[in-house]
Amino acid sequence: MAIKGVSLSVAKGRIITLIGANGAGKSTILSAVSGLLKSWEGEIEFEGTSLKGLDPPSVVKLGISLVPEGRLIFPPLTVMDNLKLGAYTLYRKNEGATAAETLEHVITLFPILSERAKQPAGTLSGGEQQMLAIGRALMAKPRLLLLDEPSMGLAPQIVEKIFQTLIFLRDEGYTILLVEQNARAALQMADRGYVFETGSVVLQGETSELLEDQDVKRAFLGKDYGDFYEERQ
Amino acid sequence: MNKPYWYRIAYVAVAAIVILTGILVSNAYYLQLLTFIGINTLLALGLNMLMGYAGQISLGHAAFYGIGAYTTAILTVHYAISPWLALPAAILIAMAIAYIVGVPTLKLSGYYLGMGTLGFGMIIHILFREWSSITGGASGFIGIPPLEFGPVSFASGRNYFYLVWGFVLLSLIICRRIIDSRVGRGLRSIHDGEKTARAVGVDTSQLKLQVFVLSAAFSALAGFLYAHLVYFISPGTFDFITSIRIVTMVVIGGMASIWGALLGASLLTLLPEWLHSFSEFEMVVYGLILMSVMIFLPQGLTRGLMDIYERSKKSQNR
Repeated sequence: MAIKGVSLSVAKGRIITLIGANGAGKSTILSAVSGLLKSWEGEIEFEGTSLKGLDPPSVVKLGISLVPEGRLIFPPLTVMDNLKLGAYTLYRKNEGATAAETLEHVITLFPILSERAKQPAGTLSGGEQQMLAIGRALMAKPRLLLLDEPSMGLAPQIVEKIFQTLIFLRDEGYTILLVEQNARAALQMADRGYVFETGSVVLQGETSELLEDQDVKRAFLGKDYGDFYEERQ
Repeated sequence: MNKPYWYRIAYVAVAAIVILTGILVSNAYYLQLLTFIGINTLLALGLNMLMGYAGQISLGHAAFYGIGAYTTAILTVHYAISPWLALPAAILIAMAIAYIVGVPTLKLSGYYLGMGTLGFGMIIHILFREWSSITGGASGFIGIPPLEFGPVSFASGRNYFYLVWGFVLLSLIICRRIIDSRVGRGLRSIHDGEKTARAVGVDTSQLKLQVFVLSAAFSALAGFLYAHLVYFISPGTFDFITSIRIVTMVVIGGMASIWGALLGASLLTLLPEWLHSFSEFEMVVYGLILMSVMIFLPQGLTRGLMDIYERSKKSQNR
């Protein structure tokens, strides 16, 4: 079992980040919420509805979309087909109209996707693929957006751009749960954070507090290494 | 230029070629060969939806081909039912069996799915051979009536050719429609990553089952057309080798391409005829040709020929 005894809450309209080292269990949380993890013990609720036993498509229908680790777009499909796949669960007549509106919205967020609409998604750069993955998740009209390591393998400027988009989305009313190894950037952007270590939460709080916390600084922010070294001696 | 426009031109072109061929070709042998290409195209088209688009292999599709053929044979001969009523019955029975077999089998993937469908194909083949009171057993089923529609008889080579190719065109259009729809996008997403497809909200297990049932329907249609073309069917036509031949048509023609089904079916139907002159070396040459296609055009004929065309265009521009 990767995680044990974890309790966390994500308030509406806020960005919550889970930080921690590799294998601490951050992604497992997202897998459990999105239904990709088949069985888990305990309880996960979204807007008062239990997510127990739901498969991923049902979770998407409830209003939770995952932007998976490594983006996982569909490379041979065009950018437009990738986006349309995001709206797969919205197929009834009136939903078709909202899907067109959502597409407009995604394209205003990431204009580059419209320029590249007919290209195979595999030809996009890493940053563009990340934008596509976020756009695809938004197409399902979620209220909660789960992101797994969106900064992975991207240049700092692009990470900044992606994170700015997330802040913009939060201000629009989306709720965001973000898993990150890039702790500094994540904590600077998010409202609240949870620090994971070997499958449990060791610290939690407003990000402003966490950024000041000695343990967090030492373990994740690469600061005060001198102090740390002296303590050891 | 938008895509649907080109597709429409392609359909009109194929339809024109079919009509012209029907008028110009009067040799009965050639007409029958072309009719067989049409039947094989239906088989390859159905399997291509499953294999090429959804990425799920089936090594037992000859079973559905056989179910289509035997259903119409049994209904028209034993029960004297009109073939036109036997056609929907054949398709529905094949779809029902595909559904029942698909529910447990499609939970498998990769080699295991191949093994599962292989086993299914063999069981059905044995059933055709051993259930002799109904199927006629190993010696086959004789006396299947020719098709007629009012005053029009499809017993002649030309009319049957038009009938089969009418079904082929219709099927090409149906497949194209499905592929360009929401369901088609879902199918292609399964091919690229089933887990991600699920995370996006695609109910992959339901979709795989649906496409499996659909491909069974195409195979049954092909079986129906085959039975009323040759008036005689025997278990040997629907064995494991036939399943492999359908897979080969899809792979050689080009996966995930409906025109690939047409090309692959044409090549695999025509090759043995062309190679008769090699007499005992026929199978060797046949194998060599298939191997060279796979070595030099690993993406299949459709993609391979398109690549060659694009390359020649580029080198001209230089």
